[in-house]
Amino acid sequence: MATLVTPENLVYARTRGLTDMVEHYCPGCTHGVAHRLVAEVLEEMGVLDRTIGVAPVGCSVFAYNYLNCDFVEAAHGRAPAMATGIKRVLPDRIVFTYQGDGDMASIGMGEIVHAAARGENLTVIFINNAIYGMTGGQMAPTSLPGMKTSSSPTGRDVESQGFPIRMSEMLCTLEGAGYVVRRSLHDPANIRKSKKAIRTAFEVQKNGLGFSMVELLSTCPTGWSQTPVASLGWLEEHMIPAFPLGDYKISGPVAALKI
Amino acid sequence: MARELLKGNEAIAEAAIRAGLDAYYGYPITPQNEVLEWMSKRMPELGRAYVQAEAELGAINMVYGAACTGARVMTSSSSPGISLMMEGLSYIAGTEVPMVLVNVMRGGPGLGNIAPSQGDYNQICKGGGHGDYHPIVLAPANIQEAVDMMPLAFDLAEKYLTICCVLLDGSLGQMMEPAELPEMKPYPHPFNQPWAVNGAIGRERRILTSIYLEPLEEEQVNLRLLKRWEEIKKNEIRYKEYYLDDADYVVIGFGSAGRIALSAVRAARAKGIKVGLFRPVSVAPFPYARVEELCKKTQAFLVTEMNSGQMLDDIRLAVRNRVPTRFYGRLGGVMPFADEILAEIEAMVKNPPKAEEDAAQAWLQRALAAVQD
Repeated sequence: MATLVTPENLVYARTRGLTDMVEHYCPGCTHGVAHRLVAEVLEEMGVLDRTIGVAPVGCSVFAYNYLNCDFVEAAHGRAPAMATGIKRVLPDRIVFTYQGDGDMASIGMGEIVHAAARGENLTVIFINNAIYGMTGGQMAPTSLPGMKTSSSPTGRDVESQGFPIRMSEMLCTLEGAGYVVRRSLHDPANIRKSKKAIRTAFEVQKNGLGFSMVELLSTCPTGWSQTPVASLGWLEEHMIPAFPLGDYKISGPVAALKI
Repeated sequence: MARELLKGNEAIAEAAIRAGLDAYYGYPITPQNEVLEWMSKRMPELGRAYVQAEAELGAINMVYGAACTGARVMTSSSSPGISLMMEGLSYIAGTEVPMVLVNVMRGGPGLGNIAPSQGDYNQICKGGGHGDYHPIVLAPANIQEAVDMMPLAFDLAEKYLTICCVLLDGSLGQMMEPAELPEMKPYPHPFNQPWAVNGAIGRERRILTSIYLEPLEEEQVNLRLLKRWEEIKKNEIRYKEYYLDDADYVVIGFGSAGRIALSAVRAARAKGIKVGLFRPVSVAPFPYARVEELCKKTQAFLVTEMNSGQMLDDIRLAVRNRVPTRFYGRLGGVMPFADEILAEIEAMVKNPPKAEEDAAQAWLQRALAAVQD
């Protein structure tokens, strides 16, 4: 087999940014896509050997098994604080957190807001799939009004269970934030845009331009009780209207950045 | 270096800096604010890492991150803040990375007050956070001892990949007394520990985590922690003894309570009572064996603490009813006067308790009766 692949005909190879380990994610879950995008960006930037990832608690708790760089595993929600502690003693390293919506927008709200407010030179990959995946599909801070979950069985009642939180809109108001955008992983065109945003976010950090975050709208077919294909459609139809895609904060120096 | 008049909290902070502190992350809480304030000035001017975190939760997780890089890192707080840090402390223990924690205790429970207390002995000495682990806990009784403890605390934390806590109370943090600071350690120093996560340049990548989903593997981690604790118990017992050579009676107290008890012991000596003082310095690991030895030549013990007898439980594990023991405690941020402890020494000599008497119960009955009067 190996002889069939030559430099002349090689059009795609698995990124060195991913390990060979088989991912534990459910079929159709977009964590695998997000992992690959991060891995490709780190490889393309040539920074894999000086990157330190901070894994969250949630489905991506084992992100460190798949992304091929140094890693630590944070307590639930505390990844931005842990990343701050690392980046402040190793300012020349690339430090990023990879967090879900429960981890960031619920239990970790204090840590993420203050990391952004301080303008920590960190990159945050925020996976928003509007549900707690790992613990079995409970309501998340980003669950949509009326959305059925295992802890809102008749649908999220905003009267008693509140409204979804829009993290990008919230964090973009902070002066320490250099780059805050929302993208989606539901089709190839949007996946390409997501990768470009992830690249920009890491370049922002590399150039010391402050806090950077890419929010990625993602699917959870298992938690949503949908097929993988149907969940992609559901994301487009229901999540994008609630969480509009776009650039929420591009600071002046970031806008001037040449990548 | 010359002796200077130093405030406890500031002396601790400067001693840590001179011991090669790479990073300090903290949050204001009385009575330890001067540690944070000192760091906020000194660390940036020395080009070292300092962050005033959004809460103790953030501070301890920043410490966790820096500890994973192998940096010399510490935080400081007081009772309610230490409670908030317990989550992070458990993770740090489970990940087996070193850090130094300064705990300037105040009156509790709850918001309590800002007066000196020893009410958090059990919380820190017996672990505090979830899971089976043991931090090293050192209790100074004066500012010089606290200063000398800071480099030691870092060395012990790094040697045993553990949390080392310097446990004091608000009075030691706030008081001023003469002390000599150590020389500034050459800086910067490389932190390239063979376990550290600091970027996989020229080596295999590393992962630091406290998750072991396979119970058999987690059991091995627990056993490894306990094996290390056995080493600590063997090597790191520390205590101070005063007037014990000919003592018939022994007062036992740690930290400020031990310091005040020393004045009482001297006053009792002046009255002809052959009494000495045993002051545990490492309260975890606790000097059980030395207390057992003291049982052989002691007629009665007086244990005194600024709590309801938390260390007394450790004394009782060593004494096992072989020697009559009396207890005297003050609570809620009240410090005992030396005269009170002197009166307790005299009461112990005059009416020795029965060996099988529950010292904590007997004290509590006396304390409650005094309240009712």
